[in-house]
Amino acid sequence: MATVKLVEIRKAFDATEIIKGVDLTIHDRELTVFVGPSGCGKSTLLRLIAGLEEITSGDLFIDGQRVNDVPPARRGLALVFQSYALYPHMNVEENMSFSLKIAGVDRDERKRIVLDAARILNLETYLDRKPKELSGGQRQRVAIGRAIVRNPRVFLFDEPLSNLDAALRVRMRLELTKLHHQLGATMIYVTHDQVEAMTMADRIVVLRAGVVEQVGTPMDLYHHPRNLFVAGFIGSPRMNFLEATVQQIGPTGAVLDLGQAGELHVPSFEHAPQGKKLTIGIRPEHLTLATPAQSSLSAQVQVVEHLGSESYVYVQAISGESLVLRVNGETTVRPDQEVHLNLNPSFLHFFDANGDAIPAKRLS
Amino acid sequence: MSSKKLRRKLLMTALGWAVALVISFPALWLVLTSFKTETEAISRIPHILFRATLENYVAVQERTTYFHFAGNSVIVAIGSTILALALAIPCAYAMAFMPTKRTRDTLLWMLSTKMMPSVGVLVPIYLIFREMNLLDTRTGLLLINALLNLPIIVWMLYTFFKEVPREVLEAARMDGASPLRELYDLLLPLAMPGIVSTSLLAIILAWNEAFWSLTLTAAKAAPLTAFVASFSSPEGLFYSKLSAASTMAIAPIVILGWLSQKQLVRGLTFGAVK
Amino acid sequence: MTASSIQPENDVSWRDTVAQSALRLPAIVSLFIWSIVPLLMTIWFSFRRYNLMEPERTGFDGVGNYRYLLSDPSLTSAIGNTVLLVCSVLVITIGLGTLLAVLYDQEFFGRGIARVLVLAPFFIMPTVSALLWKNMMMHPDYGFLAFLMRSVGLKPVDWFAVAPLTSIIIIVSWQWLPFAVLTLLTAVQSLDSERKEAARMDGANAFNIFRYILLPHLERAISATVMIETIFLLGIFAEIYVTTSGGPGFASTNLSFLIYRYALLEYDIGGASVAGLVAIVLANILAFFLMRSFARNLDV
Repeated sequence: MATVKLVEIRKAFDATEIIKGVDLTIHDRELTVFVGPSGCGKSTLLRLIAGLEEITSGDLFIDGQRVNDVPPARRGLALVFQSYALYPHMNVEENMSFSLKIAGVDRDERKRIVLDAARILNLETYLDRKPKELSGGQRQRVAIGRAIVRNPRVFLFDEPLSNLDAALRVRMRLELTKLHHQLGATMIYVTHDQVEAMTMADRIVVLRAGVVEQVGTPMDLYHHPRNLFVAGFIGSPRMNFLEATVQQIGPTGAVLDLGQAGELHVPSFEHAPQGKKLTIGIRPEHLTLATPAQSSLSAQVQVVEHLGSESYVYVQAISGESLVLRVNGETTVRPDQEVHLNLNPSFLHFFDANGDAIPAKRLS
Repeated sequence: MSSKKLRRKLLMTALGWAVALVISFPALWLVLTSFKTETEAISRIPHILFRATLENYVAVQERTTYFHFAGNSVIVAIGSTILALALAIPCAYAMAFMPTKRTRDTLLWMLSTKMMPSVGVLVPIYLIFREMNLLDTRTGLLLINALLNLPIIVWMLYTFFKEVPREVLEAARMDGASPLRELYDLLLPLAMPGIVSTSLLAIILAWNEAFWSLTLTAAKAAPLTAFVASFSSPEGLFYSKLSAASTMAIAPIVILGWLSQKQLVRGLTFGAVK
Repeated sequence: MTASSIQPENDVSWRDTVAQSALRLPAIVSLFIWSIVPLLMTIWFSFRRYNLMEPERTGFDGVGNYRYLLSDPSLTSAIGNTVLLVCSVLVITIGLGTLLAVLYDQEFFGRGIARVLVLAPFFIMPTVSALLWKNMMMHPDYGFLAFLMRSVGLKPVDWFAVAPLTSIIIIVSWQWLPFAVLTLLTAVQSLDSERKEAARMDGANAFNIFRYILLPHLERAISATVMIETIFLLGIFAEIYVTTSGGPGFASTNLSFLIYRYALLEYDIGGASVAGLVAIVLANILAFFLMRSFARNLDV
């Protein structure tokens, strides 16, 4: 269907630059998720692609055609808004067929297209209802239906699930992913929720302060974050971070000084001169409980959250950092208990003082 | 309900009604008098119980040209409202959805023109009207009322338009609607309750406007405000007819006013109180 | 970040500036003309010899009109009356209005109808109000107040002869009290009931709640009400026109009525223009302070 290409895209409101030079290619038939904390510019970026905001500088291509100056309706896109933005005085059918009516599609054809879309979305029985007579999830589906009837080259979604309650959100997430497969369409999806990003995306674009931090598949980002920000943003509970100094480098590996927490042997570590300050990152599932003999890193348990199948153990390390472990649901650890932690060296991430990842040779 | 609560409620009922009756008494008295005979009306001991008569209403219509003045009021009030809306709707639309840095200042400036006392410009307006043969014409009074109410109307429409979610209009743009289509297919239907109450307020203000009616019109174009003022000294001779005329002059607008009281607060306080 | 939290200033590429101006300008230009042209003419006339009864006497008069008018004692008394009228009505309507707003916020039987009765005077046209008070309330022979005074053995008062300005203040307050009640009641009802409950949990009694929770909450509504009432009260005209015609003497003449006297009774355009400028200056002094506090409270 379509590819979208952004070249050096910038957007400034008055003197404030919101998007600071984004280069990006959105591949055909992929579901690309823009994710980032609030204020990162992800919605603005989407609105630039939609044509609702004017691009300050840079070029936007859809299927190789430069569309900077093409009005929104003629870019062949459809946008599903966060608030759904249904037309409150029109019923479901009128909402869905409004664009067709403007485009001059005749009545029978309109009816047929709307019915097709309604069937996909299970909305057939609601066609003559007004938006206010629908539930949140149904409104959401009408908004999607309005996009489907336009048969767009690219679907754009602006935080479409954020107004739904938790249970419905999970269900709609699934439905949207199914819809993506069913339509085989190119989709761009904006969210601040990294879980949505991880679960739905073919490819994730992590944004911070108007800059793309990393682009990649969900697993790519999870296992190879390019910097501290991405490492901390992707994954829940968050990745743990410990401060360390390179003490010694030998042919068999390196020794890192963790301060009060003792020393850590990293079997295969390169690229860092002695004395260099580092941040070590480790995901909660790679941090495990150990005996005092196995590990000199001691910590005090503060809170244990039981989720049933697994438990999160929040501890404070002797060196002061707050850490979290993902452990078996049957764990017997109690608050105030003293524990020792083992860092699995194969799953460590290293970041330099700028926060950039240091590629580490891993033991296999 | 506990007895303490009930006692409090009964007390409040008595107080609330007593105050309401005192405040509205002159108005109620006016309406009551309009159904009395002239002798009853000027009796030194006021009649509370009496046989209601409609003869005053009949007399007002027979002896005066009441309907001529009422017609002037209707034409001026409705005409000035339509004219002001025609000017204000595009302006408020542009301000609400295509704001520039000057929009806030423009709105405040519009508000400040209301601070200019009408009387400060009585002389030039009178002379301009005389030059343009607008003195004692409905057109002239209609123009004046439209201009008088324009700032309030722009301001009210602006606040109502701002309440239409921006995303709905953007959705229409994505659907290919032109700005004109946005205005007619979406904005106007969505803001219709606001437009209606704005119009009601404008009609009320124009209907009750007295300063320019008294200074710029005479027998030909005078609206009801000026017509009623001509009874300034009935000398006790036709109180009940005066009351009947007055009741007819205020009845339509009092009803409109009750219907639109909530919006009226908002309009007259420029949205500061909602 | 949601896009709606940004105020886009320049997302109008596809609608050009010309179209935008075409939408705004009709209203802005007509208001501009309406507010500027007459003002300039008033200033111009104020320096001219100009009386409609003596068309042969024309020409530049320098500050003659100013000297004549500013030495006219009726001007000072008119300014005094204007200020007194505005201030008295403001104090009465805001003071009583606040109390009544609290009263009509309480639950009682038939509250809806009682509220409607309280609001009625505001919708009555000023000339009717004035006639009604003049002939049926305050008339020394047929007025209802006269009846009340006679029935308690007092001699009825000829209100407009004895206390003309006070009488007008009473009439105008009666007209504007409902407006104050209505705005303040709207504001009272917008007070979050949880805030009152929180105060009660903190041990506040009814008076404390009124003083420390309600009054601060009403500040914005009060400032708006003061401003709007001031705009209208400065121009009070019909009530005087119908009742006292500014008399006896100049006892109940405010600036509006003075200008009317000069312009349309004496046809002294020059003099009326000077008085008009005085009114505008007075309004602008008040407006300066009012707008400053009001503009802060506006969410544009």
